[in-house]
Amino acid sequence: MATIVRQDQITRPTYHEITRDIAATLGSPSRTYYVLLGIVVAVFAVGVGALLYQVRFGLGVAGYTPPVMWGVYITTFVFWVGIAHSGTLISAILYLFRSAWRTAVYRTAEAMTVFAVMTAGLFPVIHVGRLWYAYWLFPYPNQRQLWVNFKSPLLWDVFAVSTYFTVSTLFLIVGLVPDIAALRSTATGWRKKLYEITSLGWRGTDQQWRHYTRAYLYLAALATPLVLSVHSVVSWDFAMSIVPGWHATIFAPYFVAGAIYSGVAMVVTLLVPLRKVFKVERYITVEHFENLSKLLLLTGMIVAYAYAVEYFIAWYSGNPFEQQSFWNRAFGDYWWATWTMILCNGALPLFLFFRKVRRSIPALFVLSLFVNLGMWFERFVIIVVSLSHEYEPYAFGHYTPTWVEWSILAGSFGWFFMWFLLFAKNFPTVSITEVKEIIPLPRKERART
Amino acid sequence: MSAQPSGILASFRFVDAAADAVRRLKDEGYRDFTVYTPVPNVEIARAVGHRASPVRLWTLIGGLTGCASGFALTLWMSYDWPIIVGGKPIGSVIPYVVIAFELTILFGASATILGLLYHSWKTRQAGAYDNRFADDHIGIFVPCPPERREPVQALLQDAGAEEVQFAA
Repeated sequence: MATIVRQDQITRPTYHEITRDIAATLGSPSRTYYVLLGIVVAVFAVGVGALLYQVRFGLGVAGYTPPVMWGVYITTFVFWVGIAHSGTLISAILYLFRSAWRTAVYRTAEAMTVFAVMTAGLFPVIHVGRLWYAYWLFPYPNQRQLWVNFKSPLLWDVFAVSTYFTVSTLFLIVGLVPDIAALRSTATGWRKKLYEITSLGWRGTDQQWRHYTRAYLYLAALATPLVLSVHSVVSWDFAMSIVPGWHATIFAPYFVAGAIYSGVAMVVTLLVPLRKVFKVERYITVEHFENLSKLLLLTGMIVAYAYAVEYFIAWYSGNPFEQQSFWNRAFGDYWWATWTMILCNGALPLFLFFRKVRRSIPALFVLSLFVNLGMWFERFVIIVVSLSHEYEPYAFGHYTPTWVEWSILAGSFGWFFMWFLLFAKNFPTVSITEVKEIIPLPRKERART
Repeated sequence: MSAQPSGILASFRFVDAAADAVRRLKDEGYRDFTVYTPVPNVEIARAVGHRASPVRLWTLIGGLTGCASGFALTLWMSYDWPIIVGGKPIGSVIPYVVIAFELTILFGASATILGLLYHSWKTRQAGAYDNRFADDHIGIFVPCPPERREPVQALLQDAGAEEVQFAA
């Protein structure tokens, strides 16, 4: 059981202490850090090996069986795009709401967004098999004077995901610049050089802040509708078709809520070890975890409500295809996937109604792992189970993922955590500037009294 | 960057003292001084009295350009290779809204960054600097020739500067 410490019982750090403590996270890596890095690189290597095997022997090594031609890869693509979303929620939407608690956790969430989109972007490419032709997705002048089909949601995805990646990367970099400038003077060796270059000559002058604060505000204002659009567009990959279980107007808000839900769970999964390894418990407190768990509870309940509505509409529509599709989800071949999803996403988060659970870091960590698992299964259920039972009974099928797909899925976790660990050791995972900002600069009048 | 001009560099621990110094400098007619702060501060910004940053215009123009480019790109490419898909008109504006929307955001955000870089570069001021200004101090640099340093030094000291030095 974690010790409960109230925010107001913690002495407020001074500006200098903030710079010092966060700069300390970039010191010599501990043994734990190397062990973690070693594990994730090994897992990533397994994924690379499986991908090379697939490239050598073709897409036949994946378990695709008609009619299920979208499987683990598309499931994992949607999963990682979803993970990205809470980062932008915390960094942009909560910024516009002037929510002070976000300052200590937003950098981690934002970095997570960038790495999750980087991971997600690999999957459509892996899924198409001949990955060296992936550039066909983009409209470019070619010999046959062909253009891409802009009426296809798959193409909307190309634009939505690449825009999301670009904008969230820019947002992350802009936020980092004043922090890197603060670290520039204390860094040594190659890091000093790196920080001198990447701080872009930042000095915190009145003119620089004047332009910076405006630019940051507008970036947040642009990122907010963007984040809502990206998972809506991803949901339309499904909802625009006529597959029973996909063709529903609820899909966009349902996917957005699910995305934020899974993303918040991933933020918790990352922050728990991070605050221990980097000793930033003073900045990332139980209060932050309680706020994150409230977000988890809210979005989890929206997701559970969406599950219920899906079943209700399947029944209420009177459409036999829709009804059999949902009956198949709960009691067909893949019943275990559906019930895993309902248990992890709908039932377990209800424990968050208890304050004790919300403030217990070990309990939250375990719960976040279950939510991650449940959200992966949610996408698996939507994609695979719906495709396996469409209209014609003689065209029903069964898909079982192969070791290649499982290995590439595992490898994607290795790839994601590898980037995150490398980032966390070279750049501040807690924003120096924004944590300082919520503590007022000292005043002479107050010092006198 | 041009060579560093000589001037007075003062460092402050208290934000109200620094804001007071800024107001006094302005009253005395100084305009080309630089204030360094570790975080953006409203009190200092008000004392300096800049107008709103023109970066917002870049965002607007970028966003509008992105929106127009999104529709232009999709419509032109559809008519350049006209093929009927799913019984829809060749130029179907409704699905193209998605592309136009994404490009609005992409161009708007990219233009904001370019605007930030351009205006920060355009309004850059060469002057003495101390690393403490990125940590916990507020700095003011007033460019002035050595012979006129005394009144500036006195003004800053009187406002409550912790340290005042002449930087050549």
